[in-house]
Amino acid sequence: MALGPYASFIVMSYALVAAMVLILIGWIGFDYRRQKARLAELEASGVVRRSGRSVGDLG
Amino acid sequence: MTPLAAIIRRDIRVALRVGGGALIGVLFFLTVVVLMPFAVGPDLKLLARLGPAILWLGALLASLLTLDRLFAADHEDGSLDVIVMSRTPLELACAAKALAHWLAAGLPLIVATPVLGLLLNLDATASLAVALTLLAGTPALTFTGMIGAALAVTLHRGGLLLAVVVLPLSIPVLIFGVAASEAAISGPLSFGTPFSILCALSLTSLVIGPFAAAASLRHGLD
Amino acid sequence: MTLTDLANPSRFLVLTARILPWLAALTALLLAIGLVQSALAPDDYQQGATVKIMFIHVPNAWLSMFVWGLMSVAALGTLVWRHPLADVAAKAAAPIGAAFTFLALVTGSLWGRPMWGTYWEWDARLTSVLILFLMYLGLIALWRAVDDPSRAARAAAILTLVGAINIPIIKFSVDWWNTLHQPASVLRIGGSSMDRAFLVPLLVMAVAFSLLFVTLHLAAMRNEILRRRVRTLQMLQASGRAA
Repeated sequence: MALGPYASFIVMSYALVAAMVLILIGWIGFDYRRQKARLAELEASGVVRRSGRSVGDLG
Repeated sequence: MTPLAAIIRRDIRVALRVGGGALIGVLFFLTVVVLMPFAVGPDLKLLARLGPAILWLGALLASLLTLDRLFAADHEDGSLDVIVMSRTPLELACAAKALAHWLAAGLPLIVATPVLGLLLNLDATASLAVALTLLAGTPALTFTGMIGAALAVTLHRGGLLLAVVVLPLSIPVLIFGVAASEAAISGPLSFGTPFSILCALSLTSLVIGPFAAAASLRHGLD
Repeated sequence: MTLTDLANPSRFLVLTARILPWLAALTALLLAIGLVQSALAPDDYQQGATVKIMFIHVPNAWLSMFVWGLMSVAALGTLVWRHPLADVAAKAAAPIGAAFTFLALVTGSLWGRPMWGTYWEWDARLTSVLILFLMYLGLIALWRAVDDPSRAARAAAILTLVGAINIPIIKFSVDWWNTLHQPASVLRIGGSSMDRAFLVPLLVMAVAFSLLFVTLHLAAMRNEILRRRVRTLQMLQASGRAA
């Protein structure tokens, strides 16, 4: 695929978009694991939700 | 005296006292305008070309600085809670406070403009044109700035957040204010059109500002 | 499943857990197809291969506006209808919208250098998007400045709605400012109708990025719900200890 004289601009654009998307996915995924871990920790220390349901339970 | 008139009188009195913010605003305006030639260079023709922009920027920043005190002072001594709970509609109370703020802090800026225009090598027509656009535009700055002040009132570092939030909202006013000044000074284009849009922005903010500020106060203080 | 079912955070979590893997897979698939199509797209007679930047620039630009619109609807949900998930939707959307706006600016800048010879130009469209980016940042700052989530939600909702009014005003006023001070020098890309060879990859990428947003948004909403549960429990725990 011949990208012409401005190839670096094209590659850079796609690379930046890819990097940002990966950062977003990574951050959201990491945050998810962190919240689940905190919830598990809290439940283990005996705190109970008002509804009585388990906190880690997603239902 | 009606409650609203009482609010206006009180706010003006407080603002005009030392540390109340009104005259400090003019001082800040002067400082900004004086700083510009140090940054830009003393070339008089360049300063005259940039003059309306420098004056508008100075007025914008000066009013931003004084907006912080709009609700914060009342919040600190508890009178904001009284105002929110009183029978006067909160929207009108906010409008009254903004009007008082404009009278005490905005008008001095407008009066100072011709004098500062001298520092920037602006001739009489130019200075008066800028002053006129400031007269039409500073109400918009005050009334939209009030929204940011209301949002930030309960926060400790509210002043910085206020500035960040209010600046994008003030940009259209700045654009049309400078455009109208330029049109009056040098432009082939008419002064009327950007000036009427500037007036329209002010009039719109007279309505939207109090409603948004009142909503923010109600939600922020409960 | 009715809308009221979605209003319940727990039900929402169940639904999300089921849907997310499929959404993610579909997004990945469409992105892959879009990328292949973009790679295979012909060169523009004027811009050469740099037209390929359009396929990632335009979807991001479009999404940056759409997300603010979505947050405005959520803001109404918070202020007017008190929909329970409106707060969560608004808070989760802001950083993602800001990221898309940033990408729109950066890809636009990289596209501008070959096309216009400059990385930046103070014309109507670029300036409006830059201001939109600043507004996103201000909104995120406001979300983080208030501790209590529901108070933060109401403050953010007001700012979102005021911002929604401001965006067309800025676009319009910057158009005007341009006319007064400098003749508009924005090149029109593709004219009024785009050739199918470019339109198809563009639309595929647009759909792919939209799906990407939906996937990320739902996942972020899930995180926010969990975060609020953590906060509630921490407060319970703290008050339990104090008692």
